[in-house]
Amino acid sequence: MERRVNYKNDVNLKATELRLGLPGSDEPERQVTPSIRNNKRTSSEISEKSRSKSSSGVTEVGNDDHHDSTAPPAKAQVIVGWPPIRSYRKSCLQTNENEVEGAGMYVKVSVDGAPYLRKIDLKVHRSYPELLEALENMFKLTIGAYSEREGYNGSDYAPTYEDKDGDWMLVGDVPWQMFISSCKRLRIIKGSEARGLGCI
Amino acid sequence: MRRNGAEDMSEDDERQQSPRSDLEFTSNKARYCKATGSASDHPDQVLENVLENVLHFLTSRRDRNSVSLVCKSWYRVEALTRSELFIGNCYAVSPGRATARFTRVRALHLKGKPRFADFNLMPPDWGAHFNPWLLAMAKPYPWLEKVYLKRMSVTNDDLATLAESFSGFKELVLVCCDGFGTNGLASFVSKCRQLRVLDLIESEVIHDGTDWISCFPQGESHLESLIFDCVEWPINFEALERLVARSPLLKKLRLNRYVSIGQLYRLMIQAPQLTHLGTGLFSPLEIAGQGDQELDYGTAFAACRSLVCLSGFREIIPDYLPAIYPVCANLTSLNFSYANINAEQLKPIISKCHKLRVFWVLDSICDEGLQAVAATCKELRELRVFPINAQEDIDSPVSEVGLQAISEGCQKLQSILYFCQRMTNEAVIAMSKNCPDLVVFRLCIMGRHKPDPVTGEPMDDGFGAIVMNCKKLTRLAVSGLLTDKAFEYIGKYGKLVRTLSVAFAGDSDMGLKYVLEGCSQLQKLEIRDSPFGDAALRSGLHHCYYMRFLWMSSCRLTRQGCQEIAHAMPRLVVEVIRSADMEMDDFVETLYMYRSLEGPRIDAPKYVTIL
Repeated sequence: MERRVNYKNDVNLKATELRLGLPGSDEPERQVTPSIRNNKRTSSEISEKSRSKSSSGVTEVGNDDHHDSTAPPAKAQVIVGWPPIRSYRKSCLQTNENEVEGAGMYVKVSVDGAPYLRKIDLKVHRSYPELLEALENMFKLTIGAYSEREGYNGSDYAPTYEDKDGDWMLVGDVPWQMFISSCKRLRIIKGSEARGLGCI
Repeated sequence: MRRNGAEDMSEDDERQQSPRSDLEFTSNKARYCKATGSASDHPDQVLENVLENVLHFLTSRRDRNSVSLVCKSWYRVEALTRSELFIGNCYAVSPGRATARFTRVRALHLKGKPRFADFNLMPPDWGAHFNPWLLAMAKPYPWLEKVYLKRMSVTNDDLATLAESFSGFKELVLVCCDGFGTNGLASFVSKCRQLRVLDLIESEVIHDGTDWISCFPQGESHLESLIFDCVEWPINFEALERLVARSPLLKKLRLNRYVSIGQLYRLMIQAPQLTHLGTGLFSPLEIAGQGDQELDYGTAFAACRSLVCLSGFREIIPDYLPAIYPVCANLTSLNFSYANINAEQLKPIISKCHKLRVFWVLDSICDEGLQAVAATCKELRELRVFPINAQEDIDSPVSEVGLQAISEGCQKLQSILYFCQRMTNEAVIAMSKNCPDLVVFRLCIMGRHKPDPVTGEPMDDGFGAIVMNCKKLTRLAVSGLLTDKAFEYIGKYGKLVRTLSVAFAGDSDMGLKYVLEGCSQLQKLEIRDSPFGDAALRSGLHHCYYMRFLWMSSCRLTRQGCQEIAHAMPRLVVEVIRSADMEMDDFVETLYMYRSLEGPRIDAPKYVTIL
């Protein structure tokens, strides 16, 4: 991918150059020998698409040692199945962290009165209405509409979240992106506590 | 089925298997077929009766295989008296052939996919279905009691059929299996009235929504072991509590992460006779006013006087760790591999664990934590250090310092699996000298092609020392920057090595040649991303025949080369596996080759080509 960027930078000169070969055939960095590196790159890229359960955030293969230094250093590369940790173990450890690159951002959700917690992937949703709808479906309850003035007045439940400072905040006050980056866990409170928020 | 504290039985299995047993199968069968069904002479009959009685006591698989080779009479009697059938590769022999030879089997141990399938190197639906085995066994083995499956695909219907077909069925152990869900579990437990053991270990369980725990039959249960820590769905706790209360024989209970510490408490006080406990979440549910924090968990642990094996701790809050102090002194196995704790949190625990023999942990404890382990755990036989952060090129919480400490403190070590970001030859050499009893040495330096950070040298000398000094070594996994020299050492000194795992290593075909020519006991060879090609494989072909399997992915094998091998070795099944959308390329993406009496299998998916 980085190599393609390189090529584009050169194209203004090379495109107008008179040569005998086919276009693109003399670009040394792009010549790929039938080596195992090439094989590895293609196969891993394509195979990654066909794998139903992929390891965390696999992007492309790293071929650092054997390619030209003209290619800018690749960003964090992950190889399929390396390091050799079972996907089960990887996913278990991931769900313990709230912020994980590329593999979803799972936060715990507790509901007052429910016997156990659930986990929800914040990255899957793009806005508050989506998130609230998902929560409503997950716990079979109604949260109601948010208003800046009165919070979630008019319903039995209100969604709150714990932010990075450890404070419990009402969901919906800050822009979505800010919420995503600061939310550590969710708690849906009910009853008088919920209604009380509207009176503040 | 023999179980030690850890789940991985592979080394125990291998010790019992004679390499050529199933090849001899055919020739013996020919001899056997010559014998008529008519009664033998009197002396022979007496001898056979005596032999039958004697052979009932023979449990070792390897010994039994040897016995079966003596003569046709012994072959026949051995087949009659073998009650535990082990099949290391489910495609090496057909269910029909196995049930025809062994007619009185009570326990089946079956392994399917190769290990690299765990790391997404094999597309799903490759095979290893339990179903044909199940169907083949229903009539010949009405008294079947135990089934142990590893890396097999099992469906919900299979589970139901299993319970229905065998009225005396007692033990089911599924390790790294998939294809079934809570529905299947529900049918299984409800129909299996004599169930003693249900162990689901690192298997993927589909959520069908069924409350399977409630499906255990009412009345006193025979349950001795219930392991479901891998089930990633909530369970009906009240039903579980009632089940535990009516299972007086229950010794092993491993809960999943949907059981809170408060619930754990309630279970423990019902079952103080437990020997193996998986603690589940090990933190309270975060609902205000539940009062979990007031319970004295320490007394619950103290009441479990027989507890020797602890695991779980899935979302541990370190404040609760002191609760396990009362049992530490008796613990022989401790699994902290899901517990994100640091050295300071580990020390008060580990300093009490004098009897510990098996310890699994995360690298969050750092070298300092490993030093604490080394200081106390003099009886340690098995250590596994897993990475919290499974990436390359990040800072290493554990390193050669930890390994060195362990080698000095835990000199009885037999098995080690160590993930790290940096390692020196010096530390590996030290371990080879300090721990002569090593049977399993698996070092994973997570950065590919990484040399010794102190000397800049490849890691050849370190691994060389391991094969040279550890005379009992049977399993080896290598990593880091390795040249052909490392493989020369392995071929020269690794005479007992049965399982070898290689990744991103070697310079040329010579590397593979050394191994194939030198390691006479090699059974399982798995290689990925290494520059070994057709010539190397061809040169070692004669040895491939004695191996259970060979796996090579992203190496330099060509299709033509594999084709030649398939022609030359008719008793080997040569599978070329490619990704679904990749075209037929010159280079073979994955070669999986194994010996088999049956020829090409019929259940291969379309991206598998059998040459």
